[in-house]
Amino acid sequence: MSMSPLSSAGELPNVLVMGVGSILMTDEGIGIRAVEELQRRYLFPDNVELLDGGTSGIELLSYISGRDYLIIVDAIKSGNQPGTVLKVEGEDVPAQFRTRISPHQLGISDLLAAATLTDELPKRLVLFGIEPKNIVLGIGLSREVKSGLDHLLEVVVEDLRGIGCKVEKLEQHEISQKQSIWGKV
Amino acid sequence: MRSVENALQLEIPLNAQYIRNLMMGAHATHDHIVHFYHLGALDWVDIVSALKADARATANLGQKLSPWPGNSYDAVKASQERLKTFVGSGQLGIYGSGYWGHPAMKLSPEVNMLAAHHYLQALEYQREINKVVAILGSKTPHIQNLAVGGVANPINLDSQSTLNMERLYYIKTLIDKVGDFVENVLLVDTAAVAAFYADWTQVGKGVTNYLSAPDMPMDTKGTTFALPGGYIPDGDVTKFQPIKSYTDPFFGENVKESIKHSWYDGDWDKHPWDEETVPNYTDFQDNKKYSWVKSPTFKGRPAQVGPLANVLCMFAAGHAPTKKYAATMLDTISSLAGAKVGIDALHSTIGRIGARSIRCAVLYDTLKSQWNALVENIAKGDVTTFSPPTFPSGVQKGYGFHEAPRGILSHWIVIENGKIKNYQAVVPSTWNAGPRNSQDAPGPYEASLVGNPVQDPERPLEILRTVHSFDPCLACAIHVFDRNQNEIVKVKAV
Repeated sequence: MSMSPLSSAGELPNVLVMGVGSILMTDEGIGIRAVEELQRRYLFPDNVELLDGGTSGIELLSYISGRDYLIIVDAIKSGNQPGTVLKVEGEDVPAQFRTRISPHQLGISDLLAAATLTDELPKRLVLFGIEPKNIVLGIGLSREVKSGLDHLLEVVVEDLRGIGCKVEKLEQHEISQKQSIWGKV
Repeated sequence: MRSVENALQLEIPLNAQYIRNLMMGAHATHDHIVHFYHLGALDWVDIVSALKADARATANLGQKLSPWPGNSYDAVKASQERLKTFVGSGQLGIYGSGYWGHPAMKLSPEVNMLAAHHYLQALEYQREINKVVAILGSKTPHIQNLAVGGVANPINLDSQSTLNMERLYYIKTLIDKVGDFVENVLLVDTAAVAAFYADWTQVGKGVTNYLSAPDMPMDTKGTTFALPGGYIPDGDVTKFQPIKSYTDPFFGENVKESIKHSWYDGDWDKHPWDEETVPNYTDFQDNKKYSWVKSPTFKGRPAQVGPLANVLCMFAAGHAPTKKYAATMLDTISSLAGAKVGIDALHSTIGRIGARSIRCAVLYDTLKSQWNALVENIAKGDVTTFSPPTFPSGVQKGYGFHEAPRGILSHWIVIENGKIKNYQAVVPSTWNAGPRNSQDAPGPYEASLVGNPVQDPERPLEILRTVHSFDPCLACAIHVFDRNQNEIVKVKAV
C-alpha cells in the first residue's frame, strides 16, 4: 500500500471512525460498542468524526465521501482466538467484507464498491476489530470479546495518533457514567 | 404505530401526517431507484457487454430518448472508463455473481452502456432523496422521529435547530432534483428495457388478485388519501373495490394467514389478531411444510402486492397522476417496440418493473403536493406535530396499514391494560413469497414461476428476473457463499 500523504501540507486529514454491526447479534455489535466507548473515554479533535454505522450499507456513502482516512471497526471472523484484536489494511479491507456472511456485511461490501465507482473511496482504509465468539441473536458481548475491548480502543487511538491526530484520554472522573440503555457493555 | 393509533382511535395532527407522508414518499422513491438500477437492472443489462459499447453512439441514443442533460458524450465516456477500471482491477465485487454473456441478455452494447451510465448516476440521486428521509427522520434507514400520536419534529420558523423554512426549502430542492431524474431517466430506461424485452410481457403473470393500501392521509382521521388503494380480483380493474379509511372493515375483516405449509405448529387459517407464531421446523417437505413464510389471504385467496398492485388500483380508482405516467410509460414502450402495448402488458414480470417506475414518478407529484400541504398548513399558524396518547385499561384491538415500497404492510395489535398482548406484522414479501395456503393455492412467487423459461439450468437468470421483479425483501435472510470466490485476506493480530 502506498503511503502518500493523507492531506495537503498544513492541513489536518479528514478522518471518520465508523463502527458497523448489529447490537442485536451479540459479538457482532462490537463495532458499535467500540465507537460508543471511544466517544465516552476520549476527546477527539475536530478533524476526527465518530459514527455508529449500524447495519446500514449504501446509505453510508455520503458519510465516507470526502474522507482522507476511514477506520472501520467491526467483528472480524478470521479463525483466531475469540477476543483477539485484529487489523486489516488497504485493499484487503473490501476483500474482507466480500468474503463474509452476516446481515450487514453485504451492505459494507456494496458501500465500498459504490464508493470506488463514484471515486469517493477514502485515500486510506483500515479495519480494526475483534475475533467474535458468538454471533447469535441476543444482546451483550461475550466475556472474551469484552476482555479485548480496552486493547481495541487503544490500538484505534494509537493509529489515529500515528497520523497526527491529537486524541486525549479522559481522566476517570471526567468520563460520563452514562451507559448504553442496554446496560454496561 | 398506526396499529396502536387505530386501537386507541387517536387522531394525528395534520403536520405529522404530512411529515410522515414526505418521509414515506422519499423512502419509496429511494427504494424504487435502487431496486431498478442497483438490484434488478443487472438481470437485464450486461455490464461486461457495456464495456464494448461505442460511447458516441451511446450518448446519441441517450439524447434521442430523453432531454436529460447527463447523457453527453463526455459523461458517458467517463462512466465507461470508470467501469473499465473497476472491472479491470479484477474486483468485480458487486458484479461478481452476474450472468454476463448469458444468451437471454438481449440488449446491444450501447443500450447496456446507457443503462450502466445511469446506474452510476443513480448512485448519486438515491443519496439525494435519502437526505429528505434523514432530515425529517434524523437518521436513515432507521428513522427516529416516529411516535404514537405524531412525529417528534418541532416546527419553529424562528429557530435554527427545528424544522424551519431553510430546511423545508432544502427538502424541496432535493425532491425536484430527484424528480427530474425519475421523469427523464428512470421512466425512460424502464420503458426501454421493457420495449427491448417485450416478450417478457408474456411471462410471470402469477396471481392476479391485487391488494394495495390507500396511503398519504390528508386528514387527521385517515378518511381521505392522496393515493387510493383497494382490491382487484382476477386481474379485472372494473371490479376494483376501494379501501376507504383506516377503519374500513373491508380490509380489517378480510385478512387471514394460513400455516398449512409453513414451519409453525398446527394447521389453521387465522385472523392476525388471533394468531400465534410457534416455530415447528420439519425440513423441506414439498407436500407438507416447506417455508418459514406464512401464507396470507384476502377474502380467502392469495393476493399479489407491490407497485404493480398499487398502480393498477390507483389506475382503477381514476387517480390522475397514475393515469398520466402509465400513459407516458406505455406510449414510450409502444414507440420503441413498434407495436401498441396496453395496460394488460403490466400483468407480467416486466410489468412489475414498469409499474415500479410509474409509481416512482407518481410519488414525485405526491411529494410536491405533500410539501405544499405542509407549508400551507404551517403558514396558517399550526405548528402541532403530536397528540399524546393515553392507554385505557381493558382490551383494545387495532390495525394499521401502509403502502410500503414492496406493497401493503399491515400491523395488527391487541392491547390489554396498556400492554401488548398480541402483535402480528403481515408484510409485503409475505404476501408475495408465501407458500401454498390451506386450499393449496400457490402464492404470487410460485404462481409466477410456472412456465417461466430457463435456457441454461446452471445459470437460471430468467428465474431471477421474475423473482427480482417483486423486489423481494429477503436480503437479510438468504446469503449464498461461493467458496470458489474466496479471497485471501491478510488479517493480523495487533
